[in-house]
Amino acid sequence: MGDVSVTIRQDIGKPRHVSVDMTTSLGPLVVNDPVFTASGCAAAGQELAAFNDLTAIGGVVTKSIQLRPRAGRATPRMAETPSGMLNSIGLQGPGIDVFIKRDLAWLEEHEVTAVVSIAGSSVDDYAKLAGKLRGKPLGMIEVNISCPNVEDRGQVFACDRNAAAAVVSAVRRAAPSGVPVFAKLSPDVTNIVDIAKACVDAGATGLSLINTTLGMVIDTTTMRPILAGVTGGLSGPAIRPMALRCVWQVHEALPEVPIFGIGGIRTGLDAFQFILAGASAVQVGTVIFNDPGAPSRISRELREVLASRGLNSLEQAIGMGHREPETIIPEDPEPPGAEDLDIELGVDADEPAPVETVYIAPDVDEVFDIAAEDA
Amino acid sequence: MPVQVKGEVLSVKPIGDYYSMTVVASGIAEITRPGQFIAVAVGGDDGGMLLRRAFSIYSVRETGVYGGTVEFIFSVTGRGTAWLSRQRPYDPIDVVGPLGRPFALPREPANCVLVGGGYGSAPLFLLADALRTRGCRVDAVLGASTGDRLFGALDAKRMAASVAFTTDDGSYGEKGRVTDVLPEVIDRVHADVVYACGPMAMLEGVQRVAGAAYGGAGIPAQLAVEESMACGVGVCMTCVLPVIGSDDNTRMVRSCVDGPVFAGDRIRWDALGSIPDDAIGSGVEVQKK
Repeated sequence: MGDVSVTIRQDIGKPRHVSVDMTTSLGPLVVNDPVFTASGCAAAGQELAAFNDLTAIGGVVTKSIQLRPRAGRATPRMAETPSGMLNSIGLQGPGIDVFIKRDLAWLEEHEVTAVVSIAGSSVDDYAKLAGKLRGKPLGMIEVNISCPNVEDRGQVFACDRNAAAAVVSAVRRAAPSGVPVFAKLSPDVTNIVDIAKACVDAGATGLSLINTTLGMVIDTTTMRPILAGVTGGLSGPAIRPMALRCVWQVHEALPEVPIFGIGGIRTGLDAFQFILAGASAVQVGTVIFNDPGAPSRISRELREVLASRGLNSLEQAIGMGHREPETIIPEDPEPPGAEDLDIELGVDADEPAPVETVYIAPDVDEVFDIAAEDA
Repeated sequence: MPVQVKGEVLSVKPIGDYYSMTVVASGIAEITRPGQFIAVAVGGDDGGMLLRRAFSIYSVRETGVYGGTVEFIFSVTGRGTAWLSRQRPYDPIDVVGPLGRPFALPREPANCVLVGGGYGSAPLFLLADALRTRGCRVDAVLGASTGDRLFGALDAKRMAASVAFTTDDGSYGEKGRVTDVLPEVIDRVHADVVYACGPMAMLEGVQRVAGAAYGGAGIPAQLAVEESMACGVGVCMTCVLPVIGSDDNTRMVRSCVDGPVFAGDRIRWDALGSIPDDAIGSGVEVQKK
């Protein structure tokens, strides 16, 4: 009989086949799964349908679309870097009209939640783009104000709180009502909380954190930059700690604002870190180039991660990294029976059983310790 | 529809300056057509190399003792291919394929010249099989910088009515480039079409020769391009090149899903590596508004 409780102890850290409610809310948008594809890493979804059930994940964030067709930058556009990559695509795309007719229609037809990422080179561009999405089948607008590739007299909206706010407010006014507007922020700023607050004050429903950070690589044979565009956006696991820090800081400052956690997520455990830091959902990007089936895999892994920690809903884990550890008694499967505990602990059956705490997982405790030091 | 397979290495063996790897990856062999490629993850699940490496499919076997297999040829040019060369039988390997548009085959039996540069010749052998099955005559021209870097000389001799070899240093076959001997081969075999795979500079030369064939009348060339790719499945937009569409407009198209095989006269050889001003959505066009 004593074996029973030992068995349960060994179960901790392994998937238990309990049902986990993966529902999450991004403002008015409620989805059954928190994993989305990140903008620029999934085109408009079609190509990934061969490798994922796109209706089972949260949705597809489409590649940033502009008012007019755009050929993008010259090649080479990409360079592999340690645990990451640089890209300088230059927002190649068909323009909003073709996008709506072809890509958005495909996503609707296949019942995939569409988050439409828009990019412009003036506040007016953004407003026009948002206006064109009125009456269209989409779950959310993500405003790409931080893409470092767009040539805009060297100025990037995301790096200036007033410019960022101007874009967000214009989009909010022009966008279909009831559709959430998320601002995607650049980490290349002095104080990301400052920009985040400006966007929320301007009407952003939530925030997508983070976009790529600017980097470069020089070819030591040609002695010239590898990318035709000289610099490019760094993405992948290399930037994950930076992304996580941004989510942590912004959630701490704005706990009520929903956050998309983005940056180098490769596994369900990586996604879980972002949820613990305060993200309500995650986007996976560069990992798709490595593993086109990653969105589905990460969704499955995250569910197992939650289950193995005795969490039966995603929602209760959001921001958990900020809180003092609680004693969690799993409701399912059956907690250790009082009878078994009595025998195991040698307690007299007539006395009330001592309160048994089940630790959620050793590595989570470590996270809390680090948090305590920071505070 | 491509599939993603968690396969297993069956064999890795050096061939001249290259390696051949055969992987057990069921589901790919059955639907592979000549000219298609696979994208292979390198470095393991926890490694720091995220981008897949793309390789032309050299041969497939639908049913082996271990299930369907796919064989590809690679050259060790960096850390990713060095890792591949260190893999051993039974090691796990993640393969996505078959990817891309295959070579277009002639409807009627035709005289076909196949041109390969270095290990760019790898996809030409599946192609030769398919052409011969259709009653086509196949002749081959294989070139490389040195004899050790020629790939498939024996295969070529077996499958082709004639084979011409060229090397830059003259260590095997004629000293020179494939384009030096191609005009003569086209005339001699009354070629109707040229197929080629190899470095972009070679492909450009092959297109020039094909376009000038028969006193300028020209013959079609089906060319499999080598552009560096990140994903291989059409989502990253890194492997683009300027191509003229059926509406005569130039667009930046993805070589992974719109290629890797293109009609040679559709590629904007003058503008490779750049965005031509007349391309749809070029910066110049944007400035006009």
